[in-house]
Amino acid sequence: MLRPDLFKYSKSALIVAAFLIVGIFSACGDGVASGGASAEILIDGSSTVFPISQAVAEEFRKERPDLQIPVGISGTGGGFKRFVTGEIDISDASRPMKESERAEAAENGIEFTELTVAYDGLSLVINKTNDFAACLTVAELKSIWEPESSVDNWNQVRAEFPDKKLRLYGPDTDSGTFDYFTLAINGREDASRSDYTASSDDNVLVQGVSGDRGGMGYFGFAYYTENSELLNVISVDGGSGCITPSVESINDGSYAPLSRPMFIYVNNFSLQRPEVRQFIEYYLNNAALLAEEVGYVGLSEADYQAQIDALE
Amino acid sequence: MTNPAATPSSRQKLHAVRVLRDRIFVTGFVLAVVIGILGLAALLFDVLIDGLPFLNWHFLTSYASRKPLDSGILAPLAGTVWIVVMTALFTVPIGVGTAIYLEEFASKSRFNRLIELNIANLAGVPSVIYGLLGLAVFVQFLFNGSRNLTAGALTMTLLVLPIVVIASQEAIKAVPSSYRDAAYAMGANRWQVVKAVVLPQALPGMMSGIILALSRAIGESAPILIISSLVWVTFVPASPDSKFTVLPLQIFTWISQPQHAFRGIAAAGIIVLLIVLLSMNGIAIWIRSRYQTRPEQ
Repeated sequence: MLRPDLFKYSKSALIVAAFLIVGIFSACGDGVASGGASAEILIDGSSTVFPISQAVAEEFRKERPDLQIPVGISGTGGGFKRFVTGEIDISDASRPMKESERAEAAENGIEFTELTVAYDGLSLVINKTNDFAACLTVAELKSIWEPESSVDNWNQVRAEFPDKKLRLYGPDTDSGTFDYFTLAINGREDASRSDYTASSDDNVLVQGVSGDRGGMGYFGFAYYTENSELLNVISVDGGSGCITPSVESINDGSYAPLSRPMFIYVNNFSLQRPEVRQFIEYYLNNAALLAEEVGYVGLSEADYQAQIDALE
Repeated sequence: MTNPAATPSSRQKLHAVRVLRDRIFVTGFVLAVVIGILGLAALLFDVLIDGLPFLNWHFLTSYASRKPLDSGILAPLAGTVWIVVMTALFTVPIGVGTAIYLEEFASKSRFNRLIELNIANLAGVPSVIYGLLGLAVFVQFLFNGSRNLTAGALTMTLLVLPIVVIASQEAIKAVPSSYRDAAYAMGANRWQVVKAVVLPQALPGMMSGIILALSRAIGESAPILIISSLVWVTFVPASPDSKFTVLPLQIFTWISQPQHAFRGIAAAGIIVLLIVLLSMNGIAIWIRSRYQTRPEQ
């Protein structure tokens, strides 16, 4: 059975499609040249800092609905890659910019300002039934997590701990949390034993430790506070007694060495645009409240004010 | 035809073994189907239980938010529709054209066989690789750094093109050669045969390939994470050179948030994704059945 009528439609459809494709390409050419109609502030970078930037952008847009502030999650490194070429205005970062990245920025003539917007306290968690490992020293943590470690029972951590299998859960090696934890505990970035259950999704780690009586894991403070009824948190003794991660101990820096700062980097050239400057000031003025709303810990008011004053 | 040496009792035994074997295999096949369906049903049930309470008009017409209950899915929904429509516009002519050339016009030379082999291999390349390719070729080279819908759709086109080409080739191969011979006998030239005989017959099979391909394009998040990276967008893309985000990327972001309520929001997002997928497939199946013709014996 032949259906010649089909091709009457198809022919015109093909022509329409061809025009569309041509039209799309020419439209794109124009778009790049003229830019968008409404002003934009482009943010990309760490998915850890993302909730803070999203919260600030969301609130800021209530005052300036004419602005578009899309936020991306390319990761800290991915964000810097776009930042040092001037492609984006603001880069979210869960670690400071590396020397190599600074060099690249300098090469491209990009000057920037580093701002600390909040703190995160990496939290070590254990199963709800585990009541003996309430506090561990940094040395004990190192003995568990260092690359050569073969500790697989709690009684190897401390002699008085019961004979119980120790199983480890942690973020995968791409994560900034992993970078920071290995540096703070094992003394060298990325130095970690590798025979632990790794996941890029912290909620998977929560599931793992909450279902494993001998389990231990670490992730951002927000994932502990949201799941505190499922998990116990370990206090960390960094030399001055056992400190439990909390808003206060992270804020005043006593929860050491596992408190880490969250940064945003602003392109100084973008900062000359009034809307970007307004946004950055709004960011620093409201970060304390909004960061806590999404599970992070704010800086002291004076620390934010000092950064605002330092913006030239 | 029966073995004259076999006694009636041994023949009965053989028969019983055959019946048993038959039963075992039928049970095995039914079990395979049931396991698949049950898994899917459990998944759907779970998503519906979690997501339905959050699925309402506000969810469909709002933008994402840090507060789970204020969150909506408008921007990624619009982005996904744009991406799928544009991917279809790019993929269908190129994919079907390639298949027609390879099956009806190209000689079976070593070079053409090499092309076919390569297309089959491309279907197995991980999607992240296409994302990186799209970033280098489309975003940086073609669009001068603009991470727009067209770059996303072209990347998706590369990703799903092998599926369309292979399915279309199979559909064309399935057209009986007696049909072509009859058309040639009536004086038709090659293109007339393709246009009037092969394509209408192969269309339903091609549509199946296109459905599969676009379903894959809807569900992919890895290439779009590289091309767009945006997960907080507060506008509906107005043109093909607009910035965008897509449903799987937004769902992925919601699932990894610490707040529990975001899991319900993510489930609601999955329901929306399923509805888009099903309605798109529904349209394709409708087109297919409109043009489906059975060869007369």
